[in-house]
Amino acid sequence: MSSNTVLEADDFVKGLQGIGFDFFTGVPDTILGGIIAHLTEERLYTPAVREDEAVAMAAGAYLGGKIPVVLMQNSGLGNALNVLASLNLIYQIPCLLLVSWRGFEGKDAPEHLVMGETMTTLLDTVRIPHRTLSQKTIVDDLKWTATTFMEKRIPVALLLKKGIVKTIQP
Amino acid sequence: MIGPEEGVMQSRAQAMAAMLELMTDQLLIVCNGFPSREACKLRDRIQNFYMIGSMGATAGIGLGLALAQPDKTVVVFDGDGNVLMSLGTLATISALRPKNLIHVVFDNEVYGTTGNQPTYSRVVGLDKMAKAAGYKNVERVWEREDIVYEFKAMLGDDGPSFLLVKVNEQLEDADRIALSPAELTKRFKGSVT
Repeated sequence: MSSNTVLEADDFVKGLQGIGFDFFTGVPDTILGGIIAHLTEERLYTPAVREDEAVAMAAGAYLGGKIPVVLMQNSGLGNALNVLASLNLIYQIPCLLLVSWRGFEGKDAPEHLVMGETMTTLLDTVRIPHRTLSQKTIVDDLKWTATTFMEKRIPVALLLKKGIVKTIQP
Repeated sequence: MIGPEEGVMQSRAQAMAAMLELMTDQLLIVCNGFPSREACKLRDRIQNFYMIGSMGATAGIGLGLALAQPDKTVVVFDGDGNVLMSLGTLATISALRPKNLIHVVFDNEVYGTTGNQPTYSRVVGLDKMAKAAGYKNVERVWEREDIVYEFKAMLGDDGPSFLLVKVNEQLEDADRIALSPAELTKRFKGSVT
C-alpha cells in the first residue's frame, strides 16, 4: 500500500482491522465518504447523530471488549471535546479518532478555516496524540496507532486529508 | 396527565435501592453526579460503571456496551438533565433497537447535584419523547410498587425499554466514588470480558 496513488477504502479498512479495530461509529464527512460506504456495505458501521455520542458509544463498546474507531469531520472535535476530556482521558478508555482535515492550509469553505488551522494545536493542548496519514507512511502510521493505543490507553487521532483514501464523490 | 401526589413520591435513592435489589448479573452504567454516588453507596457491584463527568454521554455509553455485548442485559441509570443534554441519543437507540438495553431515567425535574436549578422535564414529558422516538416499551412510574413491577417486567422483556421514574429532589448523603476513574474502567471491563 506504500505509493502515491489514492488508497482504496477497502484496503484502508482492512489495514485498520488488521491491527484489531472491530467497532466503527461516527458522523459523516465527504473525505470519509468512501470509508463509510465500505464499512456500511460490510455491516460494520453504526451511525451516531453527534460526535460526542459517537465517542460515548465507542467507550461503551470498549468496555464491552471491542476496539473502537470514531470517524468524524474535524468540526466534530469541538462537539466531542468534553467526553474526550472528562471520560476517555481520565478513565483511560482509548479509541481511534479518524478525523478528516477540512480547512487544510486554508483551502476550504469559511466554516472550516478556524478548526482547520487550529486542530493540531487543540489536540496537543488536550494531549491527544495525533499523526497525519499519508500513502507513503501508511504502514508506519497504522503501527504507530496500534502501539500508542495499547500503551497509553487514551484516544489517538489519525488525521485524514483530502485525496489520501478514495471517496465516493469526484 | 395524572401526576404524582404529594407524599407518594420516592427519593431517587429509595427508587434506586428497590431496583438495585432486583438486579443480578446485568451490566449497569450510572450517570454523573449524585446518582453514581448514591448507587455506589446503596449497592456497589463490579458490574456497576460510575460516571463522574461527561454529562449527557450516559445513554450513549450504555448503547455502545449493549451493541458490543448483545447477550447481556445493559441497564442505564440516567437523569433528566443528562437526557435533555443528548436528546439525539433517544433517536439513535430507537433506530438501532438494541433488545438488551433498559434506559431508566430518574426524573427529579432539577439539576440536583448543582443546587436544584429547574430542568425542562417539568413541562416536557421525557417518556413521550422516548415513545415518539420509538422505544419498544415506555413506562412512567412514581410509586414504589409500580417502579418494582415495571422494572421487573423490563428485565424479563426485549427492549429497548425506557422507564421514567418520577422522584423527589431529596439527595442521599453519599460520598464521592473512592475508586479512581482508571480503576473503575479496569474493574468494570474485568466483569464483562
